[in-house]
Amino acid sequence: MTATPPPTANPNDPILVVEDLHVAYPNRDGVLVDVVRGVSFTLGRERLGLVGESGSGKSQTGRAILGLTAPGGIVTARRLEFRGIDLLHCTPAQRRQMRGGRIAMVLQDPKYSLNPVMTIGAQVVESLRAHAKLSKREARQRALAALRAVQIEDAERVFALYPHEVSGGMGQRAMIAMMLIANPELLIADEPTSALDVTVQLEVLALLDTLVAQSGMGLIFISHDLHLVSSFCDRVLVMYAGKIVEEIAATDLANAKHAYTRGLLGCLPQLGQSRHPLPVLDRQAEWSL
Amino acid sequence: MSAAQQGPWAAQRSAQVKEEPAQLAADTEQSALHPTRLGLEVQGLRVVYGDFVAVADTSFRVEPGASFGIVGESGSGKSTVLRAICGLAPLSVGNVQLVAAGTSADAPPNPGSKPFRRLVQMVFQDPYGSLHPRQTVDRILSEPLVIHGIKDEQNRIERALDDVGLGGGFRFRYPHQLSGGQRQRVALARALILQPQVLLLDEPTSALDASVQAEVLNLLEDLRERMGLTFIMVSHDLAVVTHLCDQILVMQRGRAVERVSATDLAARRVHQDYTRTLMQASGGFVRVNP
Repeated sequence: MTATPPPTANPNDPILVVEDLHVAYPNRDGVLVDVVRGVSFTLGRERLGLVGESGSGKSQTGRAILGLTAPGGIVTARRLEFRGIDLLHCTPAQRRQMRGGRIAMVLQDPKYSLNPVMTIGAQVVESLRAHAKLSKREARQRALAALRAVQIEDAERVFALYPHEVSGGMGQRAMIAMMLIANPELLIADEPTSALDVTVQLEVLALLDTLVAQSGMGLIFISHDLHLVSSFCDRVLVMYAGKIVEEIAATDLANAKHAYTRGLLGCLPQLGQSRHPLPVLDRQAEWSL
Repeated sequence: MSAAQQGPWAAQRSAQVKEEPAQLAADTEQSALHPTRLGLEVQGLRVVYGDFVAVADTSFRVEPGASFGIVGESGSGKSTVLRAICGLAPLSVGNVQLVAAGTSADAPPNPGSKPFRRLVQMVFQDPYGSLHPRQTVDRILSEPLVIHGIKDEQNRIERALDDVGLGGGFRFRYPHQLSGGQRQRVALARALILQPQVLLLDEPTSALDASVQAEVLNLLEDLRERMGLTFIMVSHDLAVVTHLCDQILVMQRGRAVERVSATDLAARRVHQDYTRTLMQASGGFVRVNP
């Protein structure tokens, strides 16, 4: 398996098909509790937002697609296919090949998700050589190019730095470089900018946006921030208690139908709007049915 | 609570109460503790860690009963200002002083004194980190009372929990048995139980979900009105600060960039480029060429 898509793949085919995905974890008494309950969606070459509050199952959905569900967790689905490959019945070796190569993931906090005892350059090279046969020299050149592609100006210097020596924005750029170096067809970004300052956040988003547009990959953007997601993605799935409660075009967010989506939008303070007290979310039991 | 449940703390508490003179005995009302509302003034504050200047020459005055916000990105020194006010950060130059409303006979207490530490309370960002994981809510709330030798714990703890909308059912729970919003309410109760005049809020809602954030913001607003508190709130979120505060100080790299009123900010009447950048950023992502 190579990092490039097979020539037979039709660009209009969905990249990812998820049907009735369940993720369950055993609780203290050994009873399985579903944290993702029947999530279904198809992803083409688009930017899909997955939004929900903590505990809604949005990250678990992303991790299940990548095969990174924590030990003990049980993933079941009617269909979980990436480019026609059944992800549920892959061998671990096949999954390893795909992970980082054809499906990549950007995690929330570069402070915790980069290896603290490897230089940034070594980590980028490692992720590249795991998926392509390259000489060290070539790999180094490619890694430097990747660092430049994420607008790190002084790539040579950053290559030799350890994660603790760079800022949050720089770390996140390096992680994006690492994830995009194998040219994946699907990128799952789990809160990629939540740990960053607001101004840096926009720079990283703009970068991600350009790179996704250039390579035509599919993007799943997981976030708790409905406004941010709607300004960045084409389509938004709103999750509540492990289920998708609403699917909506990002431009159409103002006309959201589900009470949860509307409540979530309404309870955020907005610059230039004076609402005292803020409307609070009146959680209905039937939302989680 | 039975004597067995109180354990070794019971003895310690009663000992403390005996040592303390009866000056606080009759303080059932806020007014008895400190008759006038208090504000806070900071002059030429400078905080230095080694060679690094965390806060440089920052001055502001918060009128009694006002709500003051400090906005900035990480490293701007906004949290350090709060920590310097309550004595958690070393203050190398500058002056922190409580200011009383109107003309008062006795001067407000000085920073570092015990009355100051009671009147100025802080609420931290992360309710997952700021509550002791092995102490019950009851124990967490009784600790400030023990430190300041205040009697009548039972009633005060119950009232503090009522004030933050939790009720007595939460009294003997551990922090891990509470949600994030409930934990932040406990942290608020811990600050309010000493009946402070000035509340320092360090990103009080940034670890919470949007819907829970709205609840906590409403609670803060309600408490301020009911108890006549003075707020100094630090946040990276311009919308949250503008919602809760009347006056806002924008900080960048340890320096105050601009002071602006909430109405001016909402109407986008700002003068500094950096403030504009922050405002733009809080508006979300804009695609340059769609």
